[in-house]
Amino acid sequence: MLSAESLALIDKEIAKYPAEQRQSAVMSALRIAQVEKGWLSNELMDFVAHYLGMQPIAVYEVATFYNMYNTKPVGKHKICVCTNLPCKLMGADEIADRLKKKLGVEFGETTEDKQFTLVEGECMGACGDAPLLLVNNHRMESFLNEEKVNALLEELKNK
Amino acid sequence: MILQGGPVIFNTMHLPEPWKLSTYESTGGYSALKKILAEKTPAENIIAEVKTSALRGRGGAGFPTGLKWSFMPRQFPGDKYIVCNSDEGEPGTFKDRDIMRYNPHALIEGMIIAGYTLGAKAGYNYIHGEIFDIYEGMEHAVEEARAAGYLGDNILGSGFSFNLYNHHGYGAYICGEETALLESIEGKKGQPRFKPPFPASFGLYGKPTTINNTETLASIPYIMREGGQKFLELGKPNNGGTKLFSVSGHVEKPGNFEIPLGTPFSELLKMAGGIKGGRKLKAVIPGGSSAPVLPAEIMMDCTMDFDSIAKAGSMLGSGAVIVMDETVCMVRALERLSYFYFEESCGQCTPCREGTGWMYRVVHRIEHGQGRPEDLELLDRVAANIAGRTICALGDAAAMPVQGMLKHYRHEFEHHIEHKKCLVQSGAV
Amino acid sequence: MALNIEIDGQQIEVEPGTTVMDAAHKLGIYIPHFCYHKKLSIAANCRMCLVQVEKAPKPLPACATPVSDGMKVMTRSDYAMQAQKGVMEFLLINHPLDCPICDQGGECQLQDLAVGYGGSRSVYAEPKRVVMEKNLGPLVSTDMTRCIHCTRCVRFGQEIAGVMEMGQAFRGEHAEIMPFIDKTIDSELSGNIIDLCPVGALTSKPFRYAARSWELSRRKGVSPHDSLGSNLQIQVKNGKVMRVLPLENEDVNECWLSDRDRFSYEGLNSEDRLTKPMIRKDGAWVEADWQEVLSLVASKLREIQVKHGADQIGALAAPAQTTEEYYLLQKLMRGLGSGNIDHRLRQSDFRLDDKAHGAFWLGMPVAALNTLDRFLIVGSTLRKDHPLLALRLRQAVRHGAGMNLINPVVDDYLCKVANKSVVSPEGMVAALAGLVRALAESKGEAVPAMVVNANVTPEIKSIAESMSGGENKGIFLGNLAQHHPRYAEMHTLAQEAARLCGAALGVLGDAGNALGAVAAGAIPGRGAMGAQAVTGMNAAQMIASPRKAYILMGAEPEFDCHDPVAALAAMKQAEFVVALSPFKHGALDYADVLLPVAPFTETSGTYINAEGRLQSFNGAVKPLGETRPAWKVLRVLGNLLNLSGFDQDSSEAVRAEALGQDAQERMQRFMNNRVEPIHVSAAVPEEMERARLERIGEVPIYQTDAIVRRASSLQRTADAAPPVARASGMLLEKLGIQGGGMAIIRQGQGSIVIRVDRDDCLPANCVRLPGAHAVTASLGPLFGELTMERA
Ligand SMILES: Cc1cc2nc3c(=O)[nH]c(=O)nc-3n(C[C@H](O)[C@H](O)[C@H](O)COP(=O)(O)O)c2cc1C
Ligand code: SF4
Ligand code: FES
Repeated sequence: MLSAESLALIDKEIAKYPAEQRQSAVMSALRIAQVEKGWLSNELMDFVAHYLGMQPIAVYEVATFYNMYNTKPVGKHKICVCTNLPCKLMGADEIADRLKKKLGVEFGETTEDKQFTLVEGECMGACGDAPLLLVNNHRMESFLNEEKVNALLEELKNK
Repeated sequence: MILQGGPVIFNTMHLPEPWKLSTYESTGGYSALKKILAEKTPAENIIAEVKTSALRGRGGAGFPTGLKWSFMPRQFPGDKYIVCNSDEGEPGTFKDRDIMRYNPHALIEGMIIAGYTLGAKAGYNYIHGEIFDIYEGMEHAVEEARAAGYLGDNILGSGFSFNLYNHHGYGAYICGEETALLESIEGKKGQPRFKPPFPASFGLYGKPTTINNTETLASIPYIMREGGQKFLELGKPNNGGTKLFSVSGHVEKPGNFEIPLGTPFSELLKMAGGIKGGRKLKAVIPGGSSAPVLPAEIMMDCTMDFDSIAKAGSMLGSGAVIVMDETVCMVRALERLSYFYFEESCGQCTPCREGTGWMYRVVHRIEHGQGRPEDLELLDRVAANIAGRTICALGDAAAMPVQGMLKHYRHEFEHHIEHKKCLVQSGAV
Repeated sequence: MALNIEIDGQQIEVEPGTTVMDAAHKLGIYIPHFCYHKKLSIAANCRMCLVQVEKAPKPLPACATPVSDGMKVMTRSDYAMQAQKGVMEFLLINHPLDCPICDQGGECQLQDLAVGYGGSRSVYAEPKRVVMEKNLGPLVSTDMTRCIHCTRCVRFGQEIAGVMEMGQAFRGEHAEIMPFIDKTIDSELSGNIIDLCPVGALTSKPFRYAARSWELSRRKGVSPHDSLGSNLQIQVKNGKVMRVLPLENEDVNECWLSDRDRFSYEGLNSEDRLTKPMIRKDGAWVEADWQEVLSLVASKLREIQVKHGADQIGALAAPAQTTEEYYLLQKLMRGLGSGNIDHRLRQSDFRLDDKAHGAFWLGMPVAALNTLDRFLIVGSTLRKDHPLLALRLRQAVRHGAGMNLINPVVDDYLCKVANKSVVSPEGMVAALAGLVRALAESKGEAVPAMVVNANVTPEIKSIAESMSGGENKGIFLGNLAQHHPRYAEMHTLAQEAARLCGAALGVLGDAGNALGAVAAGAIPGRGAMGAQAVTGMNAAQMIASPRKAYILMGAEPEFDCHDPVAALAAMKQAEFVVALSPFKHGALDYADVLLPVAPFTETSGTYINAEGRLQSFNGAVKPLGETRPAWKVLRVLGNLLNLSGFDQDSSEAVRAEALGQDAQERMQRFMNNRVEPIHVSAAVPEEMERARLERIGEVPIYQTDAIVRRASSLQRTADAAPPVARASGMLLEKLGIQGGGMAIIRQGQGSIVIRVDRDDCLPANCVRLPGAHAVTASLGPLFGELTMERA
């Protein structure tokens, strides 16, 4: 179900916790699984559950509780824009509108070519760099303006 | 974004590559730890030193750290844990990220000293999900410390062993609440626990646990190096030390500023370059989005410390200062904040699960011209029915912005309801 | 140190650790609540129980607030009421106002409390939340929009059922209580979440829309499906059982019921019900009246008695008939001069019959199971055979008890198993012998002669070590052991092991009223309470040497006997078979007379559970159609046969005659697990022998008895899926069979083609293949040799 590399990464996370607490690695395991597969299918969550000795529903609880897991398929690039107040004060809405217009989707939607999914995010703990967004959970783009957004989309399109 | 260095936390900032172990060591980093281990300093002495420093928790509640440490049953046989709360997700707060980015070893040293003091063999640092690059940086820093012999078995030949691990969140503000954070480390959804029992007796994996904020722990090396008295004197009585203030919103130079507690707000505003575009200051949320808003005139009279802000009717919280100029519509601002608490409620307890959505929807209606005359009273009542009745303080955190806004800006809400449009012309927000 | 507190002006002294809720309960003060449940962990999430506590800065949840000395609590002050009303308002804003169509209507905690605490009208003007339904399987129906997120159902799974099948997914207002996507709830205890749910989110699927709660009258009953005798609240409308709920009894079933106890009532209303006496005339079944049939039965029995001798008549009774019925049946048989009576239809080893000193029982009170430190289970599919005893043992393990197993199968026990020795059925005797030897050696006692050569495997050694420690200990023989062809030896060895380690010896008991049957004398050679009686044949002998006539009481030999093939053959060859049964069944093929007798809900009587507790009950409903209580039928039959002593006018009179006035005390004295040791052959089977394949034949949970087999919703659960064979990968490989592939299995004269699944927990030479099922009915006994090859 998962590559040897992913499993090795998961094992590394499991080693951080006491031996009888494998479940502690579930957040990392789901992240690693998602990085490899793009999203968390039922089978994948079931696999993680078995791997960590958890009930599948307990894994599902975790996967649906935290915002950054995709329990539905998403586009190749998931763009998450923070629109919380500090970012909003710095023009996050304009950035969001620009993205919506350029991609032709609303928040929560995926472009027809499955390249982009646009979502609304909550505070990312980086308000001093506003406005900002996250690409596929792990890459933050800060101090956004129109040019930066255009350039980012160009770059991602060609990836 | 600008960073203003200071003696306690950002003490490596003036050097190239401030995050490196060698840089940190060059400014006296890890000397406190070495001294403690070499002298086998008794835990009571360390706790006494922290008490002297008047260090108060930097995570929001401002609880005296020395006192908190004294609650830990240090003699309890078996595992104990120290947990660092780096799940900074309170809108407006972005200081812990910079601590981990620019001076990770101050935190690591602080955690090792805490572990030594509290009898913990292991520590976990819980890092906010959206700043994944910081998690990777911390992983690297921990490796560096381990390689240098500061972490692991028999540290520096002292017989003391301590391990430190990073655990990342993945998008849930509530995990900043300390017991939700523990649940999250245990591999569950982050729903807060009812207290009592408190983490000091029943914490991570049911073991005694002390939880502190990143900044709190990163302040420890300075206190142990320079002495609690010196730290205290940096600030003012009962508000010891310098503190990081994250200034965001309508200022010219948003960023983190390490300044003494008790610095006048006006000075902080000046450091941040003043109000953007030379406009007029309207209001400030002085301690992260949960803190009640304060109008400009009140704020300009405040000094930045726990007591002064509390006296003004708000709270210093995590030290996140959200600055709003005259173009801001308070109804819209509140709508966005209410949406945040509605989205981030963990869903466990009734008042918060049901009430946050209710408040958001009412504010949303008002903002969209569908407000009713009775809505403000309703908001007062719903907020009052949430506050103080929930398992964790998220309920209060959701109620306070509503209460604060209605206290100081009721007329804007009334205007919206009556005229179905905004009082503030050409609002940025 | 006791703490003094005051609640609503009343003083009370309580132990430290008591919560305000508990203390209030002791004072008889009701504090409204939803999430709190005395058997579950504290969640404190509903906030309904907020009360005022003097000096506290905010209202505190009574359920989670520990009492401190001198505390002053106000549960109904304005301050408290305001908090409670605030919570109630929140609970109602997203709750549909569909009480008129809700099955919980009339018994809904939310509805009840809303009357007292709700506002008169809702000021919530926003759209209400709607939540998708979930398919939890055939037993539990959902209306998740009504859910108030008390998480009782979730905690029940984690803490009581032992498996987390439900969870709370998503968060905040989007939170949903659900199982993992597309999964159903398969726990054998799932129905309890219906009771736990304080609103109408989880309701009974079989009961859905069948009646409103206030139309139902409530009768007490006792469940016949396992040896626990769960107390039932039988709910009745228009003479029909509509629903069964637990009747709380802390010493027996606490507040729980197994799904089998809860949903078996559907079997009572099944189409198979026999409602008129029937006679076979010229090969065809015709209805007849009672008078006519009973005369016919009487004259037929006389005729056979006269012609062939009384011992050509045999009586086989199902093990869950009432004690009164057993008593009259044995009296009738013995009156006719036959000692052939038995209820132990699935037992195959009767060598202890003249070695026992009383009735086999649990060896301790049911409630003592929770307090065990160490225990050993020998031969049991524990969770499925004894769902609620398993629950108690699980609680013991949660509290640190060590669980040990000697078993041919390994199922998921949903708790930590300290040590296990997994051996073939044949190997179980050797394993127990090894245990006795290990225990004797560790104690420094002389090793009993019968086990000097026994082999002590590492697993057995660990079990011996575990059982040597601890204070409260038990060794329990389960159903697989009781049905085992060498049960007598296992009992003997278990007795010795128990003595050596200071454990109680217990027999879990394979049926609802096995103890009642023994107490009433429905076994060969012994009358009521062990009185001497004419000897006769046991169940196996009556089948091995077929009789000319059989009386079947409740029994369906083709499912209920150890060897269904032989049993059926015996029935078919008989000259005369009379079946007393609530159902039409296989007897249609071989019987001559069918007599509709009342199931447990339609008659009065007494069950005696595994701990020896006498539980008498009255009929909950009138017998269906022309059905009669069996005790009355037997009484009339006795009279028609001119036997004396058949004029009891009530079941109470029968009971008094059978068990005496001080029945409970007598029962206490009568129960005894001690046996005179019998010869044990502890030799490990030879290599050659081990090449033989052994069958492990358990009785599936929903095949135990005639009522359960007809309970339609239970029959749609995962546990009721048609049996498959299971064998280890090693064996499958040797036989060239793919896991999941088809195989031909032969046992005795019979053969079936069946799917074989791989189960590497099984001993190498075993095939796990359940009995008591139509699929396997053409095979031989539950245990013994079989062959398997690729189909
Ligand atoms: C909803 C909520 C969110 C919180 N978020 C944070 C956070 O992001 N970081 C933090 O340090 N403390 C946060 N706290 C406070 C913690 O619960 C806890 O008080 C703190 O970590 C203790 O550390 P300190 O004593 O060093 O301040 C939050 C509390 C609540 C109720
Ligand atoms: S107040 Fe909100 S976030 Fe805190 S426990 Fe209750 S529902 Fe969860
Ligand atoms: S019963 Fe106390 S909070 Fe639910």
